[in-house]
Amino acid sequence: MSAAAEHDPLVEAPPPLADDTGLRTIPGRMLENLKTGNLGSGPVIFALVLIVIIFTATAENFFSAVNFNNIILQMAGTTMLAYGVVFVLLIGEIDLSISYISGVAGVVVAQLQLPGSSHQYPAIIAILAALAAGTAIGAFQGSIIALIGVPSFVVTLAGFEIWQGVVLKSIPQGVLVIQDQTVNDVSQYFFSETAGWILAAITSLLYVGGTLSGVFQRRRHGVRERDPILLGFKLIMVPLAAFVTVGICNRDRGVPFPLLLIVVLLVVWTYVAKRTTFGRHVYAVGGNAEAARRAGINVARIRILVFMISGFMAALGGIVLAARLSSVDLNAGGGTLLIDGISAAVIGGTSLFGGRGEVRNALFGSLVIATIANGLNTLGYTSGVIFIVTGAILLVAVTLDTIARRLQVKAGR
Amino acid sequence: MNAAIATGTPTLELRGISKSFGSVQALSDVDFEVRPGEVMALVGDNGAGKSTLIKCIAGIYTADSGEIFFEGQHVSISGPKDSARLGIEVVYQDLALCDNLDVVQNMFLGRETHDIFQRLKEPEMEKRTAETMKSLSVTTIRSIRQLVATLSGGQRQSVAVARAVLWNSKLVILDEPTAALGVAQTQQVLDLVKRLADQGLAVVLISHNLHDIFAVAHRITVLRLGRSIGVYEREKTTQQELVEAITAGVPTRVSGIPGTGVQPESGQAEA
Repeated sequence: MSAAAEHDPLVEAPPPLADDTGLRTIPGRMLENLKTGNLGSGPVIFALVLIVIIFTATAENFFSAVNFNNIILQMAGTTMLAYGVVFVLLIGEIDLSISYISGVAGVVVAQLQLPGSSHQYPAIIAILAALAAGTAIGAFQGSIIALIGVPSFVVTLAGFEIWQGVVLKSIPQGVLVIQDQTVNDVSQYFFSETAGWILAAITSLLYVGGTLSGVFQRRRHGVRERDPILLGFKLIMVPLAAFVTVGICNRDRGVPFPLLLIVVLLVVWTYVAKRTTFGRHVYAVGGNAEAARRAGINVARIRILVFMISGFMAALGGIVLAARLSSVDLNAGGGTLLIDGISAAVIGGTSLFGGRGEVRNALFGSLVIATIANGLNTLGYTSGVIFIVTGAILLVAVTLDTIARRLQVKAGR
Repeated sequence: MNAAIATGTPTLELRGISKSFGSVQALSDVDFEVRPGEVMALVGDNGAGKSTLIKCIAGIYTADSGEIFFEGQHVSISGPKDSARLGIEVVYQDLALCDNLDVVQNMFLGRETHDIFQRLKEPEMEKRTAETMKSLSVTTIRSIRQLVATLSGGQRQSVAVARAVLWNSKLVILDEPTAALGVAQTQQVLDLVKRLADQGLAVVLISHNLHDIFAVAHRITVLRLGRSIGVYEREKTTQQELVEAITAGVPTRVSGIPGTGVQPESGQAEA
């Protein structure tokens, strides 16, 4: 093929693809992202820093190790749901049933560990059964959406009612107490100081190792590093962040188990979304389902799998929430859980229009929501104020996303 | 080059293809061929059967009757996978690119290179994309890590064509590749079409624009109301003659393919 190119007079023109320097610098990338409607995590991180500064200045006891751990415990359940929501939003769908899927998972785990009943199982069985239930519900709803073509909004709205009904029917006594220590440890266990430092070290080693192996792989194929400065920055900042976080946690009760869940699942799902063929196909289906279909991608399979991920993560969130309260009651899956789970993904910068967003967006968005609720609570505001502020931030986030999308339409063609 | 075209076995040869949808006879007894290193234009007015013919080749429709030969072998194409396996790639009018993915990701969409853990081999894909772009002298794209959303119409068309070439295809079918493009971008795409043929691929170019066709095509097949009116050699015909063939169906000089001669009007009833 290259031999043919030699005969071509047009090759005399500037060598192809030589000048992508505009993309290599951080400001260049930011400009590029802005042009393509890819706001990414920029705005939400800015908002987060602002929120922390405001509450630190106004609320006593806000900026403390104890409160840091509190925020982590308060946000863990929502964050699990939000990770799943990112995938659903990436394919341009919505899942309104996640809150009550998490409720059902809570009921399953509570029922299966119930002492004195005929069906008391070890904690691990109860947890796996709850996760399986969530995944199965996701598969069921996803199949109706992907194979029959019923809009996801309606299917999952029906799911919202159905699974709420299941929760209400399953707790005739009104509340199920979880006495199994292993189940409760999902939300209540704290690592010792030493274990915390070891976790930070492992995280750092894995990150640096993984990043450098990518660098060597690119070098072997003669592909240039696009942003060496950003790469170096990340290689220093991620381990630093790991050790600082553990340091803060250790000043209080230690690293809470939910923090480990938040980090591990962030890594796992980011890997799935960014480094696997499945993840690539998720983005493709969200960007242009018809193009994906013509490229030979089984679009229905991708859609079903995404709803299974959503169901699985909702169930995991449900277990975390149940363990935190050591019980499941008739309110399981209710309240602001659904709104917070979806808002977290959207506030973090995941587009509602599909195809744009990253798993870490859910973490940032979840942090914003939890920090605002925590800070306003500390200041003595009621939940009314918290709703208004969170709602306003959601509105701003969606507006930014819409504007970004319109910019993108203009940038193309 | 023209001598080689004249003697080579056709990459694709269709004989007596007919296709009807209910009572509508979309194609009746159409013959068509394209040879390696040749740009064969396919022209005709709206409803002439161009798209139907392409879809029969691509495996989206199955012809009711007729035979298909690929590189001299009798083949049956009953689905898109069959045609892809033979090395037939179709670049559709609406391109089928994902705006939210970059050039490399689009080039390998649905056929990503990966290891046994389904892990993407990003550097390898990037390298092969760069090589393909280079071999096609696509110089206008700044970076292959650019999102397709940021590309112009001509650049998108280049990506779509390059994707078709990436898979060692033998026949590339382009459906109205210049329809939505400006003058400079049209030129880019036409240059690209020429280079495809220079690399020895068989190219089918569907277009309404006779100017474009005279710029790149070696031969021109005219369809009218589901029948082939004739095959014209670019150097021996004029735009005037083609317009007459397209609109009035006047059969004139036919370059040796059987069955492309005068069709009696009563032929409408058969098949």
